[in-house]
Amino acid sequence: MLTIGEYSRPQSLDEAYALCQKKNNVVLGGMLWLKMQHRRVGTAIDLCDLGLDRIEETADAYRIGAMVPLRALETHAGLAALTQGAMAEAVRHIVGVQFRNCATVGGSVWGRFGFSDVLTLLLALDARVVLHHAGEMPLADFAALPCNTRDILTQIILPKTGGRTVYLSQRNISTDFPVLTCALSERNGAYTCVIGARPMPAAVFADEKGVLAQGITEDSARAFAEDIAARAVLGGNMRASGDYRRAICKVLVRRAAMALSKEG
Amino acid sequence: MANNWKAVGRPVRKKDAMQLLLGKPAYVDDVTSRDCLVVKVLRSPHAHALIEEIRTDIAEKVPGIACIFTWKDVPQKRFTMAGQTYPEPSPYDRLILDRRVRFVGDAVAVVAGESEKAVDQALGLIRVCYQVLEPVLDLHTAKDNPILVHPEENWQSLCPVGADNRRNLCASDTCSDGDVDAVLADCDEVVEHTYHTKACQQAMMETFRTYAEMDAYGRLHIVSSTQIVFHVRRILANALDIPKSKIHVEKPRIGGGFGAKQTVVAEVYPALVTWKTGRPSKMIYSREECQIAGSPRHEMELHVRVGANRDGVIRAIDVYTLSNTGAYGEHGPTTVGLSGHKSIPLYTGNLEAFRFAYDVVYTNVQAAGAYRGYGATQGIFAVESAVSELADRLGIDPVVLREKNMVREGQIMSAYYNEPASACALDRCMAHCKALFGWEEKYPVRDMGNGKVRTAGVAMAMQGSGISGVDVGSATIKLSDEGFYNLSIGAADMGTGCDTILAQMAAECLDCSVDDIAVFGADSDASPYDSGSYASSTTYVTGKAVEKACAQLKENLCRIAAGMLDCDVDEVEFAGRTVKKLDGTDEVSLFDIAAKSMCGNETAAQVTVSHSSPISPPPFMVGMVEIELDTETGQVDVLDYTAVVDCGTPVNPNLARVQTEGGIVQGIGMALFEDVTYEPSGRIMENSLMQYKIPTRLDMGRLRVEFESSYEQSGPFGAKSIGEIVINTPSPAIAHAIAHATGVWHRTLPITPEKVLRGIQSSRK
Amino acid sequence: MEIKLTLNGRPVAASIAPDTLLLDFVRAQGCLSVKRGCETANCGLCTVLMDGTPVLSCSVLAARAAGRHVQTLEGLQEEAADFAAFIADQGAEQCGFCNPGFVMNTVALLRENPDPTDDEIRAYLAGNLCRCSGYEGQLRGIRAYLNSKKEG
Repeated sequence: MLTIGEYSRPQSLDEAYALCQKKNNVVLGGMLWLKMQHRRVGTAIDLCDLGLDRIEETADAYRIGAMVPLRALETHAGLAALTQGAMAEAVRHIVGVQFRNCATVGGSVWGRFGFSDVLTLLLALDARVVLHHAGEMPLADFAALPCNTRDILTQIILPKTGGRTVYLSQRNISTDFPVLTCALSERNGAYTCVIGARPMPAAVFADEKGVLAQGITEDSARAFAEDIAARAVLGGNMRASGDYRRAICKVLVRRAAMALSKEG
Repeated sequence: MANNWKAVGRPVRKKDAMQLLLGKPAYVDDVTSRDCLVVKVLRSPHAHALIEEIRTDIAEKVPGIACIFTWKDVPQKRFTMAGQTYPEPSPYDRLILDRRVRFVGDAVAVVAGESEKAVDQALGLIRVCYQVLEPVLDLHTAKDNPILVHPEENWQSLCPVGADNRRNLCASDTCSDGDVDAVLADCDEVVEHTYHTKACQQAMMETFRTYAEMDAYGRLHIVSSTQIVFHVRRILANALDIPKSKIHVEKPRIGGGFGAKQTVVAEVYPALVTWKTGRPSKMIYSREECQIAGSPRHEMELHVRVGANRDGVIRAIDVYTLSNTGAYGEHGPTTVGLSGHKSIPLYTGNLEAFRFAYDVVYTNVQAAGAYRGYGATQGIFAVESAVSELADRLGIDPVVLREKNMVREGQIMSAYYNEPASACALDRCMAHCKALFGWEEKYPVRDMGNGKVRTAGVAMAMQGSGISGVDVGSATIKLSDEGFYNLSIGAADMGTGCDTILAQMAAECLDCSVDDIAVFGADSDASPYDSGSYASSTTYVTGKAVEKACAQLKENLCRIAAGMLDCDVDEVEFAGRTVKKLDGTDEVSLFDIAAKSMCGNETAAQVTVSHSSPISPPPFMVGMVEIELDTETGQVDVLDYTAVVDCGTPVNPNLARVQTEGGIVQGIGMALFEDVTYEPSGRIMENSLMQYKIPTRLDMGRLRVEFESSYEQSGPFGAKSIGEIVINTPSPAIAHAIAHATGVWHRTLPITPEKVLRGIQSSRK
Repeated sequence: MEIKLTLNGRPVAASIAPDTLLLDFVRAQGCLSVKRGCETANCGLCTVLMDGTPVLSCSVLAARAAGRHVQTLEGLQEEAADFAAFIADQGAEQCGFCNPGFVMNTVALLRENPDPTDDEIRAYLAGNLCRCSGYEGQLRGIRAYLNSKKEG
């Protein structure tokens, strides 16, 4: 079971950052995964007083505080417009409304969980993250950092790049972890396909061969899907085998491409 | 049957409904002291091992630890945890703590302390040295395996069920009627396959939990979430090796049972702690413990042969069931019987011969127990699947094939202990369901484009109503102040609504409002004896006891009234709120009779009646499902589940409907999602509700439930039962629909998207 | 550590361990409607409102609730009784153990969306497991309540 020695609500990010340098200390997100771990936490660092629970819109981006719950992403009109509904589609399957009121975007991103719907979509949206110490960087770069990095994730930045996005996932049962996640976006003619729950963390694929360059048709979508499925490293876990994931990958990518062609 | 009932047949609100909906304290952990020892169990990490050494000295030093018990501290007499009538068919193969551990999760030590933190800490400080033994994990190799799960000399089987611990056999038997091999050899078509169902979990929302304290009389007082207060008393006395008179068991509201709480899962641990220390204690099972050390459905593998002529006459059915009881034999010898005796009789219509044989084996996995359907669920999945496949082979509509062969009212069911189908509306259920569902439009396949197809499937089911000649139901009915009644029962309302249903029957008999009946139960000291709420017995068996008790009470009340009216008892009649003189000249009110019963009275205004039935009339049911199947991903969405049930008279149509809906959704879970798998070590992978996925409200489509009543003469107001049958149709109906969508029959549950897709891919090759 | 919060409208000051979960805290405060059904945040039985938002009290530290308004079913009896009666009229409460969490989340749903469609109801309540009822009776009850309000 989880035990916590002390609970702290720092009043500044510097204070939080200083606290999190100690190995046994942990920054709290939604507590949903932390709670299930068998570990002894020295100090639990709660960022709830730092105003990180807001989604701010600027001229060229949405800046999402790390403590924003997934439910807020789901119901935000601006994010819905930016993603053509993909944001809600990516989170609506996650357990239930109460769970999504607890789970934070910062916790989801920080965990870099293999099963993460959120990470899959954000990678397709060219998201950037802001770390208190290391500063701003592309989400893809952050995702490659070791999980024991002692820094504080403060914001996720979604650029208003325009373009189109589609999110699809396959689940064995409605509110379960996904068997496979797929986000496909098009920005200025460039396609980005992200495959998650492989079951390893989400991986980003570009249309390197330009399969979709001449436009999306049934044939090009199928070819694109075959290409991604051939490139993606896929494995098995108790929810599905690697072979099933490969079959599903072809279906989701093709369907995502066809859905994308119908967007805007 | 025409009737003018006022209480029976009405959708009366459950008596506890608003209290439960508004969250009033009602369950074990709400109504017992918080100031008590926390009890937890150290569990084995090995599927099979001997405890060579166990050191508790360091753990005992943790501040707040009251006691730690190991196998050395418990009585060495074996018992069973199965809540069954004595002598139990389940073997006496348990100790509270044993030196030999038999599955991953088996109890190694019991720790009690003043706080959960202290107990958790102590659990981590117990040092156990195991001699790890090779386990028997595969049910196919268990019988006559040189590795024995129960080699001990004092293992005991009380009933002749074919058990032999030297062969890993918990039970074994064969029964038949006619020459099944000869008839099958003469059939035009024989479907022969093997079907496999898993050790599904009841997953009731309230986990196992028990509170224990010593009362003012020096007796052990148990407050437990149980379906079986009287059996708990006997089992705890056996386990602790103390007199039955020393134990008092009561149940408050129960947060669901579905059979799980027909086994003494948690009770022995706090009982041991309190009996030994004299201090109150409580054990609350974690969800993980529920999943790995509970009392799930018996995993079964069924080999079925169904033979028919080209015209669709089903002539013979042969079933062999291999049942896995796991490490202990709770309900092992009995569940298996239903896999044949409650599947084969559905086809009594033209049946010339049947054979039903089984072996129940011990293995080193979690012990199984009782789960709604109790073996019938497994058997019906197999037999109904085989019959649907037979329909395909014969080119006959599966509804028509069933109509041609189903059991009809009045027939003697040779495979059901030669009991008659005395009340049977299965034919009407089929016709009604077919029309309601729209079978003609939906069967067999509709292509929706985008790789999606919609298909339909059908299945029939039966169950029993109590255990014939065994189950005892009793009711005490008493006239009280101002003319209200107290109804005391030993049956256990676990959310099913039996308190209300039995009150409806009493109100009908006594011509009063259901609100005039106050219900109490269940308490081993205060309630009249009842076997408990299982085997679909309460409405049928205890209900009849209520009916009989009310009739006797009316006689007594007439006797008191006759004294008050100064006339003979045969000159008066009971008229609800009064007792009247037959000639209409005078009457006394119930109010006054109640007052008289408490003043200078020698005629009891209270009656207790017990009832037992020599037969167990089956309820019948038809379920039809429409699914949408994605042929590219294998995903199956249930769109529509339509069911028509013959439970005799639905005493409370609302509660009967909700029972049916709940059972169907559990059945959908069993068919599509709920899996139990093991690591090579024998550890269960699905050890939480995160990994063991029960249906949410997004996974069940639309449900439609209606009733076709028959009238069972031996039941109260014509009622049979409904609690269990309702889980039996989804697995075969859904497998049927999937077969029509993909051309592939799935014979192992659950039918996951991956299995569906693999099936499609392999059939294309 | 010491915390202060508002529980069902009443100021509460208490001494707690830093790892006390809100679920255990409110039960210790006598709010016994709040139930634990799992350890993995999957069942919804422990739903409470924190500043009006439904959350899983099994996954919230009591310390995090400091300074905030927490409501359990004990504090919402009248609002809940309004539609709970319609659930009772279906017999859909069944064993009742999941009811408080389900009722709390339904309260939240109806505050957020007073006229939901059936699909919106299913989606909002998807995180509330029930093993008895098969869910359909709960939906019928909510629908009957909404209809009664429209007619009323």
